[in-house]
Amino acid sequence: MKRALTAAWLVFLFSIPLWMQSLYIIHVLVITGIFIIAAMSLNLLLGYAGQLSLGHVAFFGIGAYASSLVSLGFSVHVAPEIVVALEPKPVWMAIPAGILFAGLAGWFIGRVAFKVRGAYFVIVSISFAEVVRLVAVNWVELTQGPMALNNIPPLTLWLPGAGEHTFWKKPENYWLVLTVAVLSHIVVRRLVHSRAGRAMIALRENEPLASSVGVDITRCLVLTAVVSAAMAGAAGALYAHYVRIVDPDVFLFIYTVTMVIMVVTGGKGTLAGPIVGGLIFGLLPETLRAFEIAPELQWILYGVLMVLILYFLPDGIVPAVRKWREQVRAGVAAEGK
Amino acid sequence: MLGGTYALLGIGLTLIFGIMRVVNFTHGELYAFGAYMMYMLVMLLEVDFFASLVLAVMLGVMLGALMEIVLLRRLHSADIDTKMLVMIGAWIALQNTEQLLWTGVAKSIDNPFPVEPLVIGPVSVAWNRVFVFGVVILLIVATYALVNHSKLGKAMRATFQDRDTAALMGIQIGTIHTATFALGSGLAAAAGALLGPVLVAYPTMGDLAAAKAFAIVILGGLGNIVGATAGGFILAFVEELGAGYISSGYRDAWGFVIIILVLIFKPTGLFAQKERVG
Repeated sequence: MKRALTAAWLVFLFSIPLWMQSLYIIHVLVITGIFIIAAMSLNLLLGYAGQLSLGHVAFFGIGAYASSLVSLGFSVHVAPEIVVALEPKPVWMAIPAGILFAGLAGWFIGRVAFKVRGAYFVIVSISFAEVVRLVAVNWVELTQGPMALNNIPPLTLWLPGAGEHTFWKKPENYWLVLTVAVLSHIVVRRLVHSRAGRAMIALRENEPLASSVGVDITRCLVLTAVVSAAMAGAAGALYAHYVRIVDPDVFLFIYTVTMVIMVVTGGKGTLAGPIVGGLIFGLLPETLRAFEIAPELQWILYGVLMVLILYFLPDGIVPAVRKWREQVRAGVAAEGK
Repeated sequence: MLGGTYALLGIGLTLIFGIMRVVNFTHGELYAFGAYMMYMLVMLLEVDFFASLVLAVMLGVMLGALMEIVLLRRLHSADIDTKMLVMIGAWIALQNTEQLLWTGVAKSIDNPFPVEPLVIGPVSVAWNRVFVFGVVILLIVATYALVNHSKLGKAMRATFQDRDTAALMGIQIGTIHTATFALGSGLAAAAGALLGPVLVAYPTMGDLAAAKAFAIVILGGLGNIVGATAGGFILAFVEELGAGYISSGYRDAWGFVIIILVLIFKPTGLFAQKERVG
């Protein structure tokens, strides 16, 4: 029953471009999908390991930049005499490179930042993202600074039956993002239900206790950070090759906030949470646009909504719905007697 | 001068964190609020410059008190992450309200000081900067006096040390929280009101200010006023040296670098007193 429902959902999601005429809506769905992948990665850290990382956009941006740079090639003076150069590589090699670099950044941050907890960790993660952003703005030779990286090639893959195929069109990119999203979901699911995932949750609930029963806290947190960062990097790489332009604004704090809102609204620490939250906050701006609301007002609404959700649904939508359904079921059972 | 205003921001933030355990993301917005109030009062309503300054700070205090009562009062038992997220929501809402009301164009504010700089030997300083520095020092001293030598300050320090015991001794924790948040917000608004006329006012001016305030607070140790004051001057000094000798593009990065380094090597801050364990 449950499996059939999942399959039906997947078929529905994959079929959207076949009957949806509006390319604009497909575009919105692609961007939403990319943000959902990022939100899922944040959910690992925030929801399961209980670490509020407000620098998550750094991994997204590093993935985007690394992947674009590998596909475009670069040459940089490391010292006055030494030049590091890279020939342009095909995109199917660039995206894994983006994921790899984001994962490395996650490893580094994990080693360094998890020495501190709570408010301190939050501030370190924000600082990290800001430093990375300033590097992207100022290291013009590598990143083009505010001039942005242009003409990033889209992905070319060898597909069975179709030969070499380049992902120029929106529906193709939609399928690509959806596939990656499903894969990410499976990764998160397996991880959370594994030994490491249980260790993570134990750590979130009670760190001294978890440590006393033999959970290696640092290893566990670093592992989570690496997986989470790599996944955010994948989202960033997909973004770069879809939008085909990357500038330092991908590091803006507001994107982290968007991811956090998605996770918190949907329900942190639940598998469906980031998807529900991501769909709401991915599609909401487009709905609001129909009413021709000023963007500032839209952000004000975001802020107010965030506060209201924290007051009234502190656990998020998914746990609230689950609870409500259980109550209904209990009510039905009581009436049956 | 820069160090002084940084110190003001840092003191406000450190008080709020130390006493209320709230990571106040709206701090930078209060700073921007101070600057915009100056703009509105001086440029649009043509109120006297000095009267505007006092009014701007008082409005900041009132906004702070209002936010505490509306947003934080009912969250007092929530965990620190929830409070932080609420403050982020408030920050987004406030910043975009500023953008909506005053547009993204930077506003400059007139000041009544003579254009001729004050010349002391080889050094020449603009008069408005001298004024800012003077007021900043005055405010810092006043805050010290308030926290260390008044009944309210005593209650604040008691709350900081042990909230439950303080409540048992008959201190109204809620009132102390409101007062603390209002005081911290007032200091941030004062920093904005003072710097606004020297620089310009724009909606996102609060972001960097808040980030720097965090750096200062961490440098000095959370909840430590002396540390925050010293931290403000240290950060301003490091920024100027970094901008002068390394690269001005990275001027604003120093705050973050300081945050990361201090937290990794000495997470209690540079000026921490020995903590009592037990």
